[in-house]
Amino acid sequence: MKNYFVDLFSGIKSLLIGMGVTFTAFFSKGATVQYPRETNYIAPAYRGHIILLRDENTGGHKCIACGMCQRACPSGCITVSTVKKEGEKKKTLTGFDLDFTKCSLCAICVETCPSGAIDFSNEYNLAGFTKEEFHYDLLNYPKESSC
Amino acid sequence: MDFIANLPPHFFRIPIALTLILTLVFVNALIMVYLERKIAGHMQYRLGPMEVGWHGVLQTAIDAVKLMSKQLIVPDAAHRKLFRIAPLLAFTPAVLPFVVMPFAPKLQGIDLNIGLIFILAMASLNVMAIFVAGWASNNKYGLLGAMRSVSQNIAYEIPILLSLLSVVFVVNSFSLGDIVGFQGKIWFIVLQPLAFLIYFVSSVAETNRAPFDLPEAESELTAGFHTEYSGMAFALFFLGEYTEMFIVSSLATAVFLGGWHGFPLPFFEYSAIVWFLVKTYILMFFMIWFRWTFPRVRFDQLLNFSWKYLIPFSLVNLLITAVVVKL
Repeated sequence: MKNYFVDLFSGIKSLLIGMGVTFTAFFSKGATVQYPRETNYIAPAYRGHIILLRDENTGGHKCIACGMCQRACPSGCITVSTVKKEGEKKKTLTGFDLDFTKCSLCAICVETCPSGAIDFSNEYNLAGFTKEEFHYDLLNYPKESSC
Repeated sequence: MDFIANLPPHFFRIPIALTLILTLVFVNALIMVYLERKIAGHMQYRLGPMEVGWHGVLQTAIDAVKLMSKQLIVPDAAHRKLFRIAPLLAFTPAVLPFVVMPFAPKLQGIDLNIGLIFILAMASLNVMAIFVAGWASNNKYGLLGAMRSVSQNIAYEIPILLSLLSVVFVVNSFSLGDIVGFQGKIWFIVLQPLAFLIYFVSSVAETNRAPFDLPEAESELTAGFHTEYSGMAFALFFLGEYTEMFIVSSLATAVFLGGWHGFPLPFFEYSAIVWFLVKTYILMFFMIWFRWTFPRVRFDQLLNFSWKYLIPFSLVNLLITAVVVKL
């Protein structure tokens, strides 16, 4: 008989505690981030696909067309094309293509680059219908969406 | 014109009342589905519907349009006639109790002298509809849900009747108008708090809502008795469920919370109906709150709770009431 009432009152107490929990939750701000309209903070260290950094003084890229990133890349996803023009000492960069489908974001290219021209972007909104949409021409990569 | 003037007043009164009631039923379902999703969202740190209209207010209207345009698929092995009749059977008795519901002193379809019994009789027809639906769809989940529904409703109808009977003992009338009129000075929730608690808990079970939603337990029985239903037939069950919620809440308001009594609101002539609806919707908020707080009970717990706790307590309450009234 004693257990009968103990069960009843302990049950009612636990139900009331539960209702308190949901009631406080009801008046708290939701944890939802309304994704396409608002996004969470992206840490600067986030690794998106690589981009070529711009030189602030000249406005052009910092790449010296040495091709070390291409040789260092373990997945072979970087293709650097160069031309040696008549009368010029250095090679000129004509194309910097990234096949992001193979990239594992290992950062070896970023570390090997002698001029510090390569860095990761914060681009995370990646979606596409074909593989080719993830082949990036980084030389002509749109300026405004980088970093 | 003499012919029309000689017709009994109920000839006009009842059709008008039924029209208003049907409007109320559909509007209530639209509001309640939206509120349910919104409150559920906020209780789980979500936002609920946000996309269609301002903060998703048009979401239920859009859903209703979608449900109406969907096809009703009748399974091959189902009993075709009963399968189609069951949703109507669930919806019609859910609407009828409003005819005797006293929304305001003059806003009542008809004040039957057996109003309370009429409501209870109509409310228990709902079990029939669920059983027919579960059996006719020839689906093991449907049949299991229907079976659970029957035993659950038998177990929980008794405490409802007993707790309402203790109020009837005091008022000495089954008419809802009389019961509300009696509560001008003091509400029955003060005189009969235990009866109110028992009634409210059992009515949550009676409407098959969580934590007593075993007949449609999604995680165990896919959807229980309405597993095979689609489109508007499913919508009618849904509509019936939310109307049932409104009925048990408004009955609790009329019997225990003083019905349309309340201090007159400033600058407003029709404060009676406002008070009635405010009290009803507060009770319905509690039902939603229960649903999103408590986990579903096991079947033996469900029956134990009714037979070991609710029924003995309501019997004791009834006995005390009878003794006090006799004195």
